[in-house]
Amino acid sequence: MKSFGTGDTQVTVLRGIDLDIYLGEMLLLVGESGGGKTTLLSAIAGILDIDDGDIDVLGVPLSDLPAGKRTAFRGQTMGFIYQQFNLLPVLTAAENVAVPLLIQKIGRPEALRRARAMLDRVGLGDRAEFLPKNLSGGQQQRVAIARALVNKPRLLICDEPTAALDGPNGQKIMELLREVGRSPDRCVVVVTHDSRIFHFGDRMAKLTDGRIVSIEPIVREGTA
Amino acid sequence: MNYVALKMLFGDRAKYLMLLCGLTFAVMLIVQQGSIFWGLMIWSQSSVSNLNVPIWVTDPGIAQVDEVKPIADTAVDRVRSVSGVEWAVPLYKGLLRARLSNGEYHQITLTGLESSTLIGRPAEVLDGRFEDILQPDAVALDQWAVERMGGPNVIKVGTVFELNDKLARVVAIAKTQKSFTNIPVVYTTYERAIRYVPRERRTLSYVLAKPKDGVPVEEVTRRIHEQTGLGAFTAEEFSWKTIGWVLKNTGIGINFGTTILLGFIVGMAIAGQTFYLFTVENLRQFGALKAMGASTFALARMILLQAFTVGLTGYGVGIGLATVFGFLTARGGGLPFVETWQLLLLVLAALLAICTFSAVISIIKLAWLEPAIVFR
Repeated sequence: MKSFGTGDTQVTVLRGIDLDIYLGEMLLLVGESGGGKTTLLSAIAGILDIDDGDIDVLGVPLSDLPAGKRTAFRGQTMGFIYQQFNLLPVLTAAENVAVPLLIQKIGRPEALRRARAMLDRVGLGDRAEFLPKNLSGGQQQRVAIARALVNKPRLLICDEPTAALDGPNGQKIMELLREVGRSPDRCVVVVTHDSRIFHFGDRMAKLTDGRIVSIEPIVREGTA
Repeated sequence: MNYVALKMLFGDRAKYLMLLCGLTFAVMLIVQQGSIFWGLMIWSQSSVSNLNVPIWVTDPGIAQVDEVKPIADTAVDRVRSVSGVEWAVPLYKGLLRARLSNGEYHQITLTGLESSTLIGRPAEVLDGRFEDILQPDAVALDQWAVERMGGPNVIKVGTVFELNDKLARVVAIAKTQKSFTNIPVVYTTYERAIRYVPRERRTLSYVLAKPKDGVPVEEVTRRIHEQTGLGAFTAEEFSWKTIGWVLKNTGIGINFGTTILLGFIVGMAIAGQTFYLFTVENLRQFGALKAMGASTFALARMILLQAFTVGLTGYGVGIGLATVFGFLTARGGGLPFVETWQLLLLVLAALLAICTFSAVISIIKLAWLEPAIVFR
């Protein structure tokens, strides 16, 4: 359970959530605005304390960990992709991708080498030295994906990853995430409103008023 | 992460320059005012330092070097009789009016030196021979006297003027430290000095003395005081006594202190506010770093690195500008400007306090930052 505010202004944004996410799958969290999707995502990532309940991530009781250990755990096992990319505007694409490695105290030359390799993987090897302002929205999101993946995270947290992108760019980004999600030792959680990308997911959980009202597998064309 | 911190700092050029300007201004103001203040203090005790003798014996109630309280002529022999004293000589010091041949009057400080040794004479002579003051009616001037009494066309070696209706002929111009009051100094022998001034019961202003080799100056000074009942000070003690008197009896300390404090407060306000804004505007980025696993400690280190980098840069630039200012304005003794390492160290401490304050208010903000901000 998670509430914000106190007294008469208290709003409960998550309640009675019971959700398992499996390795090798991409789970989509959908629902109306204010339904609690982003709050649930933040709680899963351990960046928002819940009031009651337990969250286990990869066998670790995240909700019981002290803040410092939780931060370290997050840095080692999770990757983040945001709606607004959240790239550091003063760093080049390669430097942005290297940030999670620098946080893990990996030396700058090695971090940059790995960052450039990751940019190659997302098709931006030739843009490694570009500043974010000189990249298109799709390219910036691909840099953000490279940044999220460079640390080889086992849990990828994505908040509206296609919201700031046009249709074709959104599809490309989701293809990339789908590829990541297929890895048997990883899973991807995506919060989205974008029905055009629903078919990339394996399961879809729908949240309304802070409750999960349905969890269903996604049936793609050609599968049943 | 140090690299990321510095790129973030230098990347926001407008804020970086504003921070740098604020800190540079604060450092420059504090160093400039501090140096002028200290220069004035040096000037205030120049009557002591210009004579360069180890021990000053005075009336016990004396407050500062320029406030002469004559003592009995026998004091010289009494001081000489104290064990550990190598030599002791009389010194006359008093105010008098000089009348130039063009009819102008100037107040001067008359300094009478013991004629056989000329102890207390200036070390450097710019024109003429200082020893020539032993000649009849001969006097020497300091270079500030030339400046104050009409310039080198009016006052030079060979110029004749009157002191209390008695003839004085300039035989030398000496280089000295400028004094606080900038009253021209006229040097002559002790015997001639007391002939220039109106008759007084007591004419001896000071006894200058030196301890024997191997005897600590403080010990001899103590003995002189105990055995003669006179005031006895080492040159350093007398300088500080004079500086203390100036600080206590003029508004100089408060005036300069206020300006220095304002520089400190303005620097702290500008730096603190700008740095805080810089942090707030980068909150999402810091939140993203926190979400990616950067600890609050790591972010605090980044903030401190940014604060101290811009601070130390401002320190260097500020000191550079203040030094150039001092070099340009203090040339030729126009302005008292003495930049000491103690002052620079003090300013560094003040600057580090400003940087720490600026960093801490930003760190507090970051410590409470929920990384969930990146999802909003």
